[in-house]
Amino acid sequence: MKKIISGNEAIALGFGDSGGVFASGYPGTPSTETLEEVARLGDVYCEWAPNEKVALESVIGGSIAGGRSLSTMKHVGVNVAADALLTLTYTGVNAGLILMVSDDPGMHSSQNEQDSRNYAKFAKVPMLDPSDSQEAYDMVRIGFEISEQFDTPLMLRTTTRISHAKGVVVQQEKIAPKIEAWEKNVPKYVMLPNFGKLKHIEVEARLLKLQEYAETTPLNRIEMRDTEIGIITSGVAYQHVREANPNASILKLGMIHPLPARKIAEFAGSVKRLVIAEEMDAIFEEQIRAMGIEVEIGKNKLPLCGEFSADIIRTAINDTPAETTSPVEGLPQRPPVFCPSCAHRGLFTILSKLKVFVSGDIGCYTLGALPPMNAMHSVIDMGASISAAHGMAKVNAIAGRAEKPVAVIGDSTFFHSGMTGLMSMAYNGGNALVIIMDNRTTGMTGGQENPGTGVTLQGVPARQVEMVPLVKALGIDNVVEYDAYDLKATEAAIKKGLETPGPYVLIDKNPCILRYKIRKPAIKVDQENCTGCRACLKVACMALGLTATGEDKQKVRVDPNVCNGCGVCAQMCKFDAMHAIEGENNANL
Amino acid sequence: MQIFNIVIAGVGGQGVLMASKVLAESALASGLDVKQNEVHGMAQRGGSVISFVRIGDQVSSPVVMPGSADLLISFEPLEALRYIHYLKPGGRLVYNKVSINPSTVAAGLAVYPQDVEEQIAVACAEAQGIEALAIAREAGNGKAVNMVMVGKVMKHLPLKEEIITEVVKKISQNKGLEVNMKALAGGAAA
Ligand code: SF4
Ligand code: SF4
Ligand code: SF4
Repeated sequence: MKKIISGNEAIALGFGDSGGVFASGYPGTPSTETLEEVARLGDVYCEWAPNEKVALESVIGGSIAGGRSLSTMKHVGVNVAADALLTLTYTGVNAGLILMVSDDPGMHSSQNEQDSRNYAKFAKVPMLDPSDSQEAYDMVRIGFEISEQFDTPLMLRTTTRISHAKGVVVQQEKIAPKIEAWEKNVPKYVMLPNFGKLKHIEVEARLLKLQEYAETTPLNRIEMRDTEIGIITSGVAYQHVREANPNASILKLGMIHPLPARKIAEFAGSVKRLVIAEEMDAIFEEQIRAMGIEVEIGKNKLPLCGEFSADIIRTAINDTPAETTSPVEGLPQRPPVFCPSCAHRGLFTILSKLKVFVSGDIGCYTLGALPPMNAMHSVIDMGASISAAHGMAKVNAIAGRAEKPVAVIGDSTFFHSGMTGLMSMAYNGGNALVIIMDNRTTGMTGGQENPGTGVTLQGVPARQVEMVPLVKALGIDNVVEYDAYDLKATEAAIKKGLETPGPYVLIDKNPCILRYKIRKPAIKVDQENCTGCRACLKVACMALGLTATGEDKQKVRVDPNVCNGCGVCAQMCKFDAMHAIEGENNANL
Repeated sequence: MQIFNIVIAGVGGQGVLMASKVLAESALASGLDVKQNEVHGMAQRGGSVISFVRIGDQVSSPVVMPGSADLLISFEPLEALRYIHYLKPGGRLVYNKVSINPSTVAAGLAVYPQDVEEQIAVACAEAQGIEALAIAREAGNGKAVNMVMVGKVMKHLPLKEEIITEVVKKISQNKGLEVNMKALAGGAAA
């Protein structure tokens, strides 16, 4: 049967159809839907891990115990899981193991633009790079076969335009899961130096065998057309190339590590001008140039940063800018904001007012860095809010500065890797105010379950981690709950936390509005009372706006289609102009 | 057939993705090749959203290039203007006339242009605005704006209206079925 599905859905389906037994991952755009779709299959076990390292390690256990296993994460997640990956490559697998990693060229929703192909080289493991949903589906099955045949973990890499683009997929016949024996094998699975040394030799030999496989596999195919131009490409760049230059000959790489040197040389020899069209780093190009092959167009003409498009490829090959229309200038931007009535709004209204240094983290609350809040001053990676605040406090103490830094982190990020930083702060006599926005979900990626949600990915009721005892157990004595919807109380709580020496933790327990579908009656502005002072606009809610220009003095109005009645804006009003409308809520967003 | 390029724009939370799904499924049900793509990053409501649907005998890239869209469907006037350069010369624009403030405007940092509809009319001869929210409410739910918009553009697509209606029926959940059918019809009549 034909289906139209995204690359992520295709990988999930491929996993279910290829005898997949166990899947674990951590949410991260653009990889997130893969595991959610595995959950939807219904007949395959899967779970969210608190971070990518735990996910990959769990999947390693799954493979050792004999079930075909899949781990999913975004590119930066592999940094977290890399410790496991770089030794997993030595042990190899029992049942097939696939690590799916999603890159984000163009940084649609990421803090950096790292190219995961580097990890395949680094870990010396095979990597597949699908160009559409059908290939994503097929490559799961082939991936497991390669993994088992060569006793290696395999990386299946997507990019945003593969993960999220939908295309037509024809399903193959379903293979029933078959569980291999669970055996003790110390030299294979215990990486003491003596065993590791032998394994390293095997890894190098395996890479040579994989290279031979790459020479003959249909995953790497030559499409001969006009021999004037030959383009070596992979992934979504292949689709852009086809669009930009339908007559060009193409060497389409489906297996992108290790590279098929002979096939590349053969292709290069049969075309006049050789182009390498790869998004992000010059990974093919460096290797191909090192083979002594002349490359006419590569990163000399094609960008290292951002996504490719058909126009970008056309421009590089034809050496003339593509004809394109330009956008209307001067329109107001529409950046993402906290949802109407999100609890983060109250917190950031106060942090912005107090002008403290906020060490931030990865989550919806990162938007607190944008105007008009401007209340987040560093964001590095998952968990860094707390550890970086700790370092700031230490140097501040040495420098004799009185200011205490504030860290802001969400529950999911805290479980992921904030806990260890907080333990260090307690242990090392730190001095920061840590604010945990415990909204009981992984909000930014769409409301996934986590150890605080009380339910698993597959909907099974679960043990719920309680934040206060957890924080106390890490060594923090001052742990106080507060309500971010109450601006006065929030301000008082933060001031108290800043005045009290030593680590101090504030916890807001209001749930994510979006995930838990919370609805409240909208606010209305009494136009008689409103003076147009604009104090309420500081809360940065998209439901607010000024009345039309041309009137004597612009007043504020609330869009009843958008407002969700949290009342935070009303607390900013000194003129008693904002009131809840009784009755049904209208919010359409 | 030549590739038919559709761009759907709106504000996060308006149901742009569901509308895209309907068009993509309808193309598949019509025996055509189709690629659909949007970038959905952060979950929050209120950001600008753009989605592409490309329909043809064989479609390669999932991305519509500026200057090549046959049809732009926008769920909000300012977003129509933001993506109007995606239209090819002679391309058609259908938009919902109900505006939603960007956060920048809500915070008083920017002004919502008062002449958005005039600018749209100048930039595109084939532009038509409808009161999609009112039609959706009449159908029973303000959230059905997306189905109103699909209903409105049906006759401009290289797809049969019956097939689109069938797809909407198939993907509607029990409660939403009646609303969606009314919204579709309301949009078609607008
Ligand atoms: S998704 Fe949840 S946490 Fe994120 S902004 Fe919306 S309500 Fe807040
Ligand atoms: S308009 Fe005011 S009450 Fe309504 S959601 Fe926004 S901040 Fe909350
Ligand atoms: S704070 Fe009150 S008086 Fe001032 S603009 Fe807002 S609603 Fe009007």
